[in-house]
Amino acid sequence: MSIQSIFDQTAQKHNRLVSSVIVPDPLRCVQCGICSFNCPLRVDVRRHALLGKPIAESACLNCGECVRRCPRGVLRFETAPIMKIQIG
Amino acid sequence: MADPSMTNYAIIGTGAAGVAAALAIRQKDSRSAVTLFTNDPHLYYSRPGLAYVLASEIPDKQLFPFTGSIFRDQRIEIVSEPVESVTLATHRLHLANKQLVRYDRLLIATGATASIPAVPGIQLDGVVKLDNYADAQHILVTARRAKKAVVVGGGITALEIVEGLVAQGVQTHYFLRGDRYWSSVLDEIESRMVEALLVKDGVHIHTFTDLTEVLGKKGRVSGVRAIENGQPVELSCQIVAVAIGIKPRMQLAAAAGLQTQRGILVDPRLQTSDPDVFSAGDVAQVYDRLKGEYLLDSLWAPAMAMGRVAGTNMAGGNAIYQKQFPFNVTRLAGLITTIIGRVGKSEPNGGSQPKGDQDVPGIMRGDSEVWRLRPDAVVAQTYGDDSRLRLYLNAENLVGAIVMGDQTLSYAIQQLIQKQVDIQPIRSLLLSADADLYAVISNFWKGHRLAEKFA
Repeated sequence: MSIQSIFDQTAQKHNRLVSSVIVPDPLRCVQCGICSFNCPLRVDVRRHALLGKPIAESACLNCGECVRRCPRGVLRFETAPIMKIQIG
Repeated sequence: MADPSMTNYAIIGTGAAGVAAALAIRQKDSRSAVTLFTNDPHLYYSRPGLAYVLASEIPDKQLFPFTGSIFRDQRIEIVSEPVESVTLATHRLHLANKQLVRYDRLLIATGATASIPAVPGIQLDGVVKLDNYADAQHILVTARRAKKAVVVGGGITALEIVEGLVAQGVQTHYFLRGDRYWSSVLDEIESRMVEALLVKDGVHIHTFTDLTEVLGKKGRVSGVRAIENGQPVELSCQIVAVAIGIKPRMQLAAAAGLQTQRGILVDPRLQTSDPDVFSAGDVAQVYDRLKGEYLLDSLWAPAMAMGRVAGTNMAGGNAIYQKQFPFNVTRLAGLITTIIGRVGKSEPNGGSQPKGDQDVPGIMRGDSEVWRLRPDAVVAQTYGDDSRLRLYLNAENLVGAIVMGDQTLSYAIQQLIQKQVDIQPIRSLLLSADADLYAVISNFWKGHRLAEKFA
């Protein structure tokens, strides 16, 4: 891994952190709870997934642990509404 | 004391469909009695998550998304007593404790149960299956005192058990009756990818091998007899795990006189042949109006969706369950695999059961009969060492897909199929010999999302 790519990754991570929110796809979720179990801040991610709501909790750091751990690809990063393209 | 405006709702089963239905009824009717009947002491838990408990990824208590309080808060009564029979004419449930319960609307969401091969010795201690929470605990306890295991069957459940046993340090032999894994849904490339990973994990795969007898000592499994490539063989082991498919638990419905086939037949409102009785989940065989077929699924999200539709209709609503493109994401020997729509070889035949493979002739958990059907479409495909993409295209849309390994495009492809997005702009690109399918789909999806935002 080159130094450049490490910087790129860090930059990407920071971008994601400020501009993204984790959203669930309830169709994929089987409520196994791997996401909540692995959340370092004990956010009940599964509950959000169940309700189909973004993980919009102040405790969430967007660290991506739940996104990475979910065996069914339920969770993904989406650009937050603040960054939405506006026209007119 | 009976208030005529109150309805007695009875639900048999506390799985995904039963609980979703109870909550849906409550949303429409806050006053009437809702009662769930069950013979599973663990009530509601993530059944698909049992695989992750076997693999020691999560503790078993993690599988319970609700504490018992949700039932209390929603005033849903739980009766832990098996229902022995239903009398439709008098709207009565007969419980095992001889109690009679009157219902106005009934939901049968009894799920399915593992089929057990009819070989001598199958009742011995150490023969295991993976239907429910208790089965998973039984496997873990049995694995503690076992050195070797034999797994028979196919599809997702067989591999969940295989991987679970490997994770528990048990030397595992996997018997396949045919020449490869899950041949009714996977193609040869995909089967070989999964098998290679299993071998890498230390699993001994025996092809063309048919279990003929489970051997025992003092009531416990001590080995198996099988025919391997036409030759009789004997193998010592302490566990025999079976995953040859499931059978919808429809005896109750059939005995009551409801129309059944491979499951309980229901219309798109999930009503059975009796207007006051509904069915949902693994036990329900739903009519698909678009396709004109009754096909079975055994999938979590559809079971919940069916439960919601049935609950809504029981409480006087008029919701329709439209069978979508059945979809699952699962891990096969560690390889994450998305399966959507029709990807198989079986000829659609007016809704008669599409053929399974030799290991699982019927349906199994995490399975849909739809996947086995041959799509009326052409294929675009690519594969690498640890990834595979197989797409089916008709004139305008994607109609089926398998995404193995790299899941970057899994969500995009799911959306393109489920929303039936017009893919004519990239159709010829996808079918050209040297196309980079990942790049073509990825760029098209990005454009599609952007266009959606502007729309």
